[in-house]
Amino acid sequence: MFLKDYFGVIFKSAKSLLKGMKLTGYYFTHPKEILTEQYPDNRATLKMADRFRGEVVMPHDENNEHRCTGCQACEIACPNGTIKIITKQEVQADGKKKKRIDTFVYHLDLCTMCNLCVVACPSDAIIMSNDFEHSVYDKKTLKKVLNKPDSKLMEGVE
Amino acid sequence: MVDLLKGYNVEKLKSENLRLLLTYSFASLSSHIHAWLISSMGDGMAALVSEMLIVGICLIAFLVPLCFFLGYMERKVAAFMQLRLGPNRVGPKGSLQIVADTVKLLFKEGLTPTASDKFLFNLAPIIVVVTSMLVMAPIAFAKDLQIWDLSIGVLYVTSISSIAVIGILMAGWSSYNKYSLLGAMRSGAQIVSYELSIGLSILSVIVLTGSLKMSDIVMSQSNGWWIFKGHLPMWISFVIFIIASTAEINRAPFDLTEAEQELTAGFHTEYSGMKFAMFLLSEYINLFVVSAIAATLFLGGWMPFHIGHWELFNHIMDFIPSSIWFMGKTLFIIFIIMQFRWTFPRLRVDQLLTLEWKYLLPISMVNILLATLIAIMGWHF
Repeated sequence: MFLKDYFGVIFKSAKSLLKGMKLTGYYFTHPKEILTEQYPDNRATLKMADRFRGEVVMPHDENNEHRCTGCQACEIACPNGTIKIITKQEVQADGKKKKRIDTFVYHLDLCTMCNLCVVACPSDAIIMSNDFEHSVYDKKTLKKVLNKPDSKLMEGVE
Repeated sequence: MVDLLKGYNVEKLKSENLRLLLTYSFASLSSHIHAWLISSMGDGMAALVSEMLIVGICLIAFLVPLCFFLGYMERKVAAFMQLRLGPNRVGPKGSLQIVADTVKLLFKEGLTPTASDKFLFNLAPIIVVVTSMLVMAPIAFAKDLQIWDLSIGVLYVTSISSIAVIGILMAGWSSYNKYSLLGAMRSGAQIVSYELSIGLSILSVIVLTGSLKMSDIVMSQSNGWWIFKGHLPMWISFVIFIIASTAEINRAPFDLTEAEQELTAGFHTEYSGMKFAMFLLSEYINLFVVSAIAATLFLGGWMPFHIGHWELFNHIMDFIPSSIWFMGKTLFIIFIIMQFRWTFPRLRVDQLLTLEWKYLLPISMVNILLATLIAIMGWHF
């Protein structure tokens, strides 16, 4: 019984060690598996993963229209005050006044890319982009306005 | 050398070029140099000392590029096994990375701690390097290329390689640093334990060859390597030798001497600059030495791959130079030890001693009985 346990341990451990060596041997003989990106060299062809979170952007369509209603859900959701939305009252065609955004201020230097604002947004107005090359010489340039000049709210988004 | 060549017929040399190349033996070169030294200096101490100097310079000229190559190889092997690219900026495919590292170490300040024992602190790296170089003496690099073919070659190797622990203990003790001392103590426990199973696994080859002389061991494998001729016991002792020698040279998974996460760098925590480079050098020389000894004992050293009485096959194998056979086998074992390092997790101290005293030692003791039985009954091929 003792001998059975003794040799059992030896064979079990030898088996698991050989399994590990098989995996590293496989990786050694298959250079295609290498994950390293040679970043500044392959800048032209670099493809980031879709779920990579680089910065918050607000997509605009060809008519310079965005989907942000100015509900400020993102501003409330943000844990470190990255987003500041300034709203204005806009007179509509039928004479009614409605709340619209004036400026969507985004402080990239405060952002931790936690994605909570994107999750909180009820109208899918903001998304996370893949761009990660944010280095600048002046910190002030990291304060961004996400809505383009003269942009309007898209029809049908409430 | 030029004077010696004058007497030869140049035409005859040309026609025999190919034959000479194929059956080339380093014995003629060494005997020419010996004769030339004797003729110019007389048969005294001067010739002997200058021969020793030539051997030493050749050895260093061989070892330093070898260590550069092994360092590069290790980094590349590690990288590929971890799905990385490894060094690829300095020189073609990063091959000059180690040269750049060495230049960096040369220019670094060689610091000696104030509270350390300065004499021992500076002596330790020298002892470590010298012992690992001494072990090179009985290794047969190629046919007739051996520094010192002494009659107790294997015994010499085992005894000299255990001196290395003194250098490590000295480094740890004199550094006046808890990490260094702990690392050195662990190294002492480790080398003393694993020496036993190394000795027993070497012994099982000695039982079959009946000689401690390196050249005899190689010649005894001229009709097949021991790992094939000696059946299962040889396989077991080969595996035990590889495991125990990995522990002996303090490489991962037995690198708890310098366990980076626990002891920063173990016994060489306080070393920097060239003194640190000496430890690095000795690590790679040791790696080469244990692989070369494993290749000599189990895989036939420089002996080409021969199968019994297949004369034609054996003759074809003889066309590959013996030095290539030796280096190929050695690099194969070095690769295996490197793969160990980048595959297995490090053992704890208790696991290390359990592995040795509960598993390797009893198994190698039974194994040597089996090998003796095979040798007495003549069951090996």
